[in-house]
Amino acid sequence: MIDLFLTVVWPALKILLTILVVIVPVILGVAYMTLAERKVIAAAQFRHGPNVVGPFGVLQPWADALKLMFKEVILPAGANKVVFFLAPMLTFALAMLAWAVMPITENFAIADINLGLLYLFAISSLGVYGVIMSGWASNSKYPFLGALRSAAQMVSYEVSMGLIIITVVITVGAGGFNLGNIVEAQRGLWFAIPHFPMFVVFFISALAETNRAPFDLPEGESELVAGYFLEYSSMQFALFFLGEYANILLMSAMTVTLFLGGYLAPFDVWFLGDVWMQPIWFVLKTSFIAFVFLWVRATVPRYRYDQLMRLGWKVFLPLSLFWVVLTSGVIVGFGL
Amino acid sequence: MSALLSSLRSLLLLELVRGMGLTLWSMFTGRRVTVNYPYEKGVLSPRFRGEHALRRYATGEERCIACKLCEAICPAQAITIEAEPREDGSRRTTRYDIDMTKCIYCGYCQEACPVDAIVQGPNYEFSTETRAELYYNKDKLLDNGDRWEHLIAANIAQDAAYR
Repeated sequence: MIDLFLTVVWPALKILLTILVVIVPVILGVAYMTLAERKVIAAAQFRHGPNVVGPFGVLQPWADALKLMFKEVILPAGANKVVFFLAPMLTFALAMLAWAVMPITENFAIADINLGLLYLFAISSLGVYGVIMSGWASNSKYPFLGALRSAAQMVSYEVSMGLIIITVVITVGAGGFNLGNIVEAQRGLWFAIPHFPMFVVFFISALAETNRAPFDLPEGESELVAGYFLEYSSMQFALFFLGEYANILLMSAMTVTLFLGGYLAPFDVWFLGDVWMQPIWFVLKTSFIAFVFLWVRATVPRYRYDQLMRLGWKVFLPLSLFWVVLTSGVIVGFGL
Repeated sequence: MSALLSSLRSLLLLELVRGMGLTLWSMFTGRRVTVNYPYEKGVLSPRFRGEHALRRYATGEERCIACKLCEAICPAQAITIEAEPREDGSRRTTRYDIDMTKCIYCGYCQEACPVDAIVQGPNYEFSTETRAELYYNKDKLLDNGDRWEHLIAANIAQDAAYR
């Protein structure tokens, strides 16, 4: 009995606890991301934002969650039942899954795998399936068009993102697909400095990848009402919503890991560089990038569809391709 | 050359950076234009056309003489009036209904009224939980008149100079 506990139950329990240590803060962060978005945009427009539920509206996410939970689940006539119910779950699960490889301190990640970066990229590419499934299963015109747009957009921007990731991997050298190695390689110099143009391009691609303003055409209110999750209500809608914001946080964390030195302290003095400070730096940096997501939304109007495609294929793709060649040229040429 | 300059400018995202700077600046000015509605309310004009009310004279006698001009002019046909002579011989309404779900708040009824009986007061917070509660009858309208008389009278006095 004791043996069973030690060999099966305890390891499983330990894994579960490790997962919770990461996932619970992520979900909390997602909840407060929705509040932060409303507050930041309100501030940029000289408004207050939510300020009634709790002091400064801090309980607003809970009120929203309660409201959504008590709403009715509506299944549109003619919808494909299985796929319709599966799509929000898939979106949410994929957004959570990707956090498994994120290095939070120099010796903690749920799964410290050698192809972590590839895994991350693969999971974020799979996100497009949730969108396509919901758009198709709704059996309705607006979600279908929104899903098509979203899929085209995500696929287009993934190309240049992939090239940027290659740039980073080339710079790191051996073991470059391991996220921990990428962060450790940035001790001394964050990649955002030598690869500054790619940092900007990666961030803009992340905006497009998560369907955020100015690339939020898939949910263009004026013509598509809400895009692919138009037919969803209640908790299913909440799952889509959470998945979307979790993806924003994930993309912020990815930007931080690839370019802003992940969990590393900006100045390694006194206790600031200690291991226990590392999660704090990671959270601070991720929050900053997430704030920039909101800041961009408060500033920029929506792109036109052809402009979006032109930017992805005719500007970002050549630029990142050029940068890959340049980086490898410099590394080979100078024998770094 | 100018084409080169403009493409360089768009490549360096100069305009975007300026725009982002502007929004960042507005976030930290601390200026807020929100009217915190349930706690703060906007200023209303004395001509504001809100919820209807039937007024009385200072003696307590109701002003309405059942001329039905308001019923006739109402473009939404929201008003229904029935009238017959009272015991003292004066003509009064026996029924004065306004369907608030039909009303378009144009203010023609108060313009048409020769005795300032039907008016649109300053109250705009009269939402109800059922539709039936929005079919106002004479009692409700007179009650509104009694409740809002001080504000209605002040508004009419203030607006009188422009009539």
